[in-house]
Amino acid sequence: MEKTGKLAHLLKMDQQEFNLFMKRYGIGLVMFGMFIILSIASPRFLTVNNLTNVLTTVSLNGILAMGMVFVITAEGIDLSIGSMLALGSVTIGLVLNATGSIFLAAVASIVVCAIFGFINGYMVGKFNMFPFVVTLASMLVIRGVAYVLSGGYSFALANPDFAQIGLGQLFGVIPFPVILLLLVTLIAYVLLHNTKYGRYVYAVGGNIRAARASGVNVMWTRVGTFVISGITAGTAAIIMTARIYAAQPNIGTGYEIDAIAACVIGGTSFSGGISTIPGTFIGVIIIGLIFNGMNLLGISSYWQIIMKGLLIVGAVLLDKMINQNRG
Amino acid sequence: METNDSAGKETLDPDLILSCENVRKNYGGTAALRGVRLRIRRGDIHALVGENGAGKSTLMNILVGLVQPDGGEIFFDGKPYAVANPFQAINSGIAMIHQELNTEPYLSVAESIFLNREDTFPGTPFLNKKETNERAKRILTKFGIDLNPKIHMEQLTLAQMQMVEIIKAVSTDAKLVIMDEPTSSLDSEETKRLFETIADLRSHGVSVIYISHRIEEIFSICDSYSIFRDGESVATGAIKETTKDELISKMVGRKVDKIFPKADIEIGETLFVAENLSGRGFQDISFDVRAGEILGVAGLVGSGRSETMQAIFGMDPLEKGKMYLEGKEIRPKDVKAAQRAGIAMVNENRKEYGLCLFRSIRENISLASLSERYRGPFINQTREKDECRQIAKRLNIKMSNLETEAFALSGGNQQKVVVAKWLMDRPKLLILDEPTRGVDVGAKAEIHSLMGTFAASGMAIIMISSELPEVMGMSDRILVYHEGRVHHTVTREQILSGEENEETILAKQFGR
Repeated sequence: MEKTGKLAHLLKMDQQEFNLFMKRYGIGLVMFGMFIILSIASPRFLTVNNLTNVLTTVSLNGILAMGMVFVITAEGIDLSIGSMLALGSVTIGLVLNATGSIFLAAVASIVVCAIFGFINGYMVGKFNMFPFVVTLASMLVIRGVAYVLSGGYSFALANPDFAQIGLGQLFGVIPFPVILLLLVTLIAYVLLHNTKYGRYVYAVGGNIRAARASGVNVMWTRVGTFVISGITAGTAAIIMTARIYAAQPNIGTGYEIDAIAACVIGGTSFSGGISTIPGTFIGVIIIGLIFNGMNLLGISSYWQIIMKGLLIVGAVLLDKMINQNRG
Repeated sequence: METNDSAGKETLDPDLILSCENVRKNYGGTAALRGVRLRIRRGDIHALVGENGAGKSTLMNILVGLVQPDGGEIFFDGKPYAVANPFQAINSGIAMIHQELNTEPYLSVAESIFLNREDTFPGTPFLNKKETNERAKRILTKFGIDLNPKIHMEQLTLAQMQMVEIIKAVSTDAKLVIMDEPTSSLDSEETKRLFETIADLRSHGVSVIYISHRIEEIFSICDSYSIFRDGESVATGAIKETTKDELISKMVGRKVDKIFPKADIEIGETLFVAENLSGRGFQDISFDVRAGEILGVAGLVGSGRSETMQAIFGMDPLEKGKMYLEGKEIRPKDVKAAQRAGIAMVNENRKEYGLCLFRSIRENISLASLSERYRGPFINQTREKDECRQIAKRLNIKMSNLETEAFALSGGNQQKVVVAKWLMDRPKLLILDEPTRGVDVGAKAEIHSLMGTFAASGMAIIMISSELPEVMGMSDRILVYHEGRVHHTVTREQILSGEENEETILAKQFGR
């Protein structure tokens, strides 16, 4: 605490302002630090090519995290998004091969995942079941549905243009997945920070009883967060399917972990009511930098997993230390 | 019982199991205990009475180690007594049966009684369940309680759970058992059984501190009494030598040092009518309130005051009855509907039902009125900041910044944030439940004068308060609740003429 006191003095802030500053931007400093270290450690790091590469790699996880942050902010959790990726992929394959329409296939993926998100949310909101249990169950159900619909096999897509979603670039520089990530982030930002709905999500997560006593429709607010998570999973499924250029029922395992990790590293509180979209975005980038930096430095991927785990604990510990005066 | 003051620690009366002398406790700037004395004799059932906030709970929390005193001396069983937590208190021989029972629902009766003191097979860590059950059975039988020690706590009635808690207390060899409102949720048959158990405790030499609002009970079971008022002990003696009316009159008679700025406001048309409302905790409630009027609601905690208002506000279901606002019948099924009809309510528990503590003041203030103030899905943040700043200024909320978390504010300012939230919604009927509880004197006066301003603007106000001088000073009329019903109504004229005073109103609260 004394160290932060000195730093606060240096920045000409009082303790309270400094705490607020650290809470909002503390994790940004970590990201900034990683940038500096990696730039010094590897000459290849700070190139347009590599940075574009980082963004492309994180686009999938980023889109998922933008949905997950809504769920966690409302004091929930969604474990089913990995399975939704698989179901989305199979849906795309079936619709694309039946109609030939890329548009219809993409919409179908989003709609199907949103419907399952709605079911998750309804179970949680209406019957007050634990989100962890509900989405653990739906994780199994959705995965099973993906296998049933595909017969258990992956199959090729009939329309080669679909692969362009994963490969294409705007102005020959910015890959489509990155554009999609930025678009989703922008929408999530406006929704969470500038709309009534976003405010209700914070209120429900911050104090569900106070929200109810203030006339907030708690049930539909919670349902909404799971629908949003479904929509982002369906969107991510489009990119993933395009990238592998096949409909696969066995993809997406463990993707929920990275999305949750990005939220937590970005300052989202598991007790609900605390999060920001920029923070979550930074969390996504940090996970990408671990992956990218360690690759550049030639460190084995096993260490990357360990780093990710340590970073989650570190981020939460940092948050606890900043807020220890709350008791 | 009354010994003179020089009887200090050297000549401690061996008959006393507990003696608290000059115990003091401050919370922030407010004194909860201003040097109280409490002396309990061995084997006595001692009634501790006083209004809400008189300091009874604070002293009990000190005795069980939940709160540390600021000063004074406590002797228990002839030795100086100081404990840091409930565990130490139990080991020293003081156990408390709380009003809200904390039981482990999935443990058996025997397991609950001997939690943390389980029997094991000698020399092993393995539980000897048979021995535990038999021990439990023996002690239950000793106190004449017919319960199977193997059944789960969740299968018991509230009264039975309470018995188990009492048995748990005596099984730790407690010499003093504190009971806080033990009969508040028992029916008369269960109460009778409880009294038998308490009498059994006395015959086994255990002393009891019996806290209750029910004067009749105190006279039927207690041997002696102490009365607390405003953090001081004002009287003590034997029950035989006093009367019910004397007890009540000693509970009030507080120094009148608070002036309430009741403004003279012209009272308008009838705004809200309640007809024969019934629900959980209240029956057959009828009243009306006019524009510009402040309707006070007095009554003991648990008498159905808050329950009625929460049902009107759509938080709890209403079983029977009709409500009219501005002549139109309303029946709000939830808070949103009540809000639309023009009702707002500041809940008595601001931390649980009023605030999102870790969100900003701005977000807390605007939460309830977002859908009314902004069309479409978006929030105009510039306008929101302006409006919140204006209302914060109007209510004189002391804060460094609109973006500060509500958590960082003092109790009085937090309360003003909750009031601001509902004011933004422009209600016609504003219900305030204990609006000045846990609020410092300055903020309290401000909230009182704000109530006058709201009433002057044509709002109808209902104010629930446990503090009689506040209700009497602020209200145009007072409803006095007793056990779920409006037992009595008092007008301002009756108070001004002296026909009704604190004593008469308090007596009505006790159902006299």
